[in-house]
Amino acid sequence: MMFKRMKPAAFWPLLGVVVIAAGCGHKTPIPAPPGPVSPSTTPTGGNGKPAIEFTVEPATIDRGNSATLKWSVSGANYISIDVFGAVQATGSRNVSPYDTITYHLKAEGTAGTSTAETTLTVNPGNPAAPPPGDNGAGNNPNAGLSLNDRISRQIQDAFFAYDQYDISGEAQATLTRDATAIKSILQDFPSATLIVEGHCDERGSAEYNLGLGDRRASATKDFLVQLGVPAGKLRTVSYGKERPQCTDATEDCYAKNRRAHITAAP
Amino acid sequence: MKKITVLALTLALGSFALFRILDAQDAKININGPGGQPALAVIDFRGSGAAQAQMSAFNGTLFTDLQTSGIFKMVPKSLYPLQNPQRPEDLRPASGQGMALADWAGSPVNASHLAYGYTADQNGTLVLYGYLNVTNAPGSQPLLFKRYFGSLDEGGARKVAHEFAADIIAQFGGASLAGTKIYFVSSRTGAKEIWSMDYDGSNQKQLTFNRSINIEPAVSPDGTRVAYVSFAKGTPRIMVMDSSSGRTLQFYNQQASLNSSPSFSQDGGKIYYSSSVSGTAQIYVADLDGRNFRRISNSRAVEVEPKINPKSPGTMAFSSGRSGPEQIYQGNTDGGDVQQLTDGTGEASNPSWNPDGVHLLYAWTRGYAQGAFNIFLMDTASRHYDQLTSGAGRNENPSWAPDGRHLCFMSTRTGSAQIWTMLADGTQLKRLTTTGQNLSPAWGKGN
Repeated sequence: MMFKRMKPAAFWPLLGVVVIAAGCGHKTPIPAPPGPVSPSTTPTGGNGKPAIEFTVEPATIDRGNSATLKWSVSGANYISIDVFGAVQATGSRNVSPYDTITYHLKAEGTAGTSTAETTLTVNPGNPAAPPPGDNGAGNNPNAGLSLNDRISRQIQDAFFAYDQYDISGEAQATLTRDATAIKSILQDFPSATLIVEGHCDERGSAEYNLGLGDRRASATKDFLVQLGVPAGKLRTVSYGKERPQCTDATEDCYAKNRRAHITAAP
Repeated sequence: MKKITVLALTLALGSFALFRILDAQDAKININGPGGQPALAVIDFRGSGAAQAQMSAFNGTLFTDLQTSGIFKMVPKSLYPLQNPQRPEDLRPASGQGMALADWAGSPVNASHLAYGYTADQNGTLVLYGYLNVTNAPGSQPLLFKRYFGSLDEGGARKVAHEFAADIIAQFGGASLAGTKIYFVSSRTGAKEIWSMDYDGSNQKQLTFNRSINIEPAVSPDGTRVAYVSFAKGTPRIMVMDSSSGRTLQFYNQQASLNSSPSFSQDGGKIYYSSSVSGTAQIYVADLDGRNFRRISNSRAVEVEPKINPKSPGTMAFSSGRSGPEQIYQGNTDGGDVQQLTDGTGEASNPSWNPDGVHLLYAWTRGYAQGAFNIFLMDTASRHYDQLTSGAGRNENPSWAPDGRHLCFMSTRTGSAQIWTMLADGTQLKRLTTTGQNLSPAWGKGN
C-alpha cells in the first residue's frame, strides 16, 4: 500500500532522530501501567477465522528506546497493521513511538476477519532534555502562541520531485521534525485537527495534478502517522495546481509549489 | 518527423453528404469539398420603422455566424453591387446594378449564393424575411424563404440572425454553432468560478458564486446539465447543476479526499469520474445522482479524465500515469482492453472526442519542454496525429464544438490564460476572453 514507495533502510534510522528531537517536557497522561508483558490478543481462530499472535516486547519502554512488534497469523490471505499497511503473515518490526500507542492488526481470511491489538506504553523519560533549537531557558517558548502561530512557525513544508509523491530523504527529515512539532502542538491544543494539503506545480493537467496532490497529501499523512501522529488528527486535501504559492514559470518556483503544507482545520 | 495520415471530412456540395478522404500527407479535418467552398454574399439587411435600429447587431451576427461555420467563402462586402434586392420580387432578368442574380454571379463578386431579405416592425414584433438564392439560375425559386420572429430589441435581432444563419448552414449539411455554449473557469472575480458564454464570446455569465475553487466543467450531450469540481465544502467534490437555471442537482460523492474529472455518458444517463476512495485516483461510473457507482480502472497510478467515445459508448479515452509520465489511453468501460494511444514521449492529457468517435483532440508536450503543451489531433484508428498549435505559450484543454469542425482551447500566448476558438485546420483563430485567467472550456449544445 502506501509505504511501498518508501525505503525502509532510509526510514528506520530516522526514528531515532525523532526521539532525540522530542525531548520537550510535556506531561503525558499515561494510562494505567500494564503488566510487564504486553496484553497480546490471541484469538483462537475458531470458526475457521484467521488465528493471530500479536505481541510487543517489552510492553513498556522509556521514551527514546525501541520495542519489537511481532506477529504470526495463520489462515489469512490479507493481513494489515494500522500504522504499516499490508504485512506478511509472520514478521516483526522495531518501533520507537513517542507516546503510548496501541497497534491494531487485521487478518482477512476466506472464513472471516480476525483482529488483534497490542499496546506499547512509553514513559516520558527524562523531561529535562530540551529539544534541539530550544534554548533551554526553562520558560515555555510556546507560551502565548496561537495554534496558527505554532503551525506556521514550527511546521515546515515537505517538497517533492516533479510528478512524484514519494517522500524523499530531505522530506523525511523535514517531516520527522514536523511530527515532533505536531505532537507537541496537539498536546497544547488537544481539540485541534490539522489539514495536510497536497500541492503541485503548474505543469500538467489540472485533473492529473489533483490526483497527484492527493497522493502527496496522503503519503505525507501516512509518514506522520507512522511517526506517531494520531491519524484521526490529520485530514488531507489536494489543491492540485489550483493554489500555487509562487506563480513564476521558473524551476525555482515550480519546486516551491510541489509541496505538502500543513494548516489548522477551520 | 513522423509520417502523418490525413483525414479530410469533406462536405460535398450537391449530395450534402459527409465523407472521408484519406490522404498520405497531413491529418486534418477539412471541410473543403473537391468543388471548393460555396461563395456566399450576404447583403446588409435594412429594417422598416423601429426595426432599423437593430440592424447593426443583426447584420454583424448573421455575417459572423456564417463566416464562423467554416463552410463558406464569404465574399467581402466591398465587392458588392450598389443595389441590393430585398425580396424575390425585386429580382430582374438583367440589371447591372445588383438587382439581377447575374450581377452577383459575375465578376467581381463571383458569389455562388446570395442571402438577402429585410426586417420589419410588425406591431412591436421584429419580423425577418430571409431568402437564399443560387446566383447562376435566374428565375429559380429561392433555396430558402422563411419568416422569423423576435423581440424588437438587440436580443431579438441576434436571435433571428442566429436562426436564419442556422438554416442557411443547414442547406449545406452543416450545423450552426449559434446557440451553443462554452462553459469555462474564470478567475476574474478573484475566485475560480464556473462561467458560460456563447460560441462567439458574447453573453459571458457567471454560474457559481461560492468564492471557493470551482474547476473542470463538463457539459451533458443535450446541454441541460453541467458537472464540475468544487472546493466549496473543503475537499474537491463533484457538483452538478441545471445549466439553464443554475440550480444544483443531487450528486452523491463517495467518501474520499478527492472526487473529480466528471464527464457525461453519450446518453446523458451516467457520470464518469475519478475518485481517490481506494487511495489513488481511479475511474468510476455512477448514475446521474452519483448512486450505483462502480469502479472501472484498477491500477496504482493516478487515472483521470474519462471520456466516453460518442460513437462507441462501451469504450472511453482517459489519461493515466500508469506507465510513467501522464499519457492518453483508451479502453473498455468494464476496465478491459486498455491500449496506450500516445507513444510515451512527453506528457499527454485532456482527451476530447470528435462527434465522429475517431478523432481525438488532446494536449501533448511532445517535442517541447515539460509542461509546454500544444494541441494535437489524433486519428485513433490509425494513431496518426497532427499538431494544431505550435510553441505560442501553453495550449491546453481542447474541446470539440458540437459541429465537429471547431474547437475551443486555453492558450497563454498573450501572457495570460485565455480561451480561443479555431477551425480544426488551424484557421479562424479567435480569442473569446480577456478579463482575468480563463481556462478549461467545455463546448456543448445550448440549454
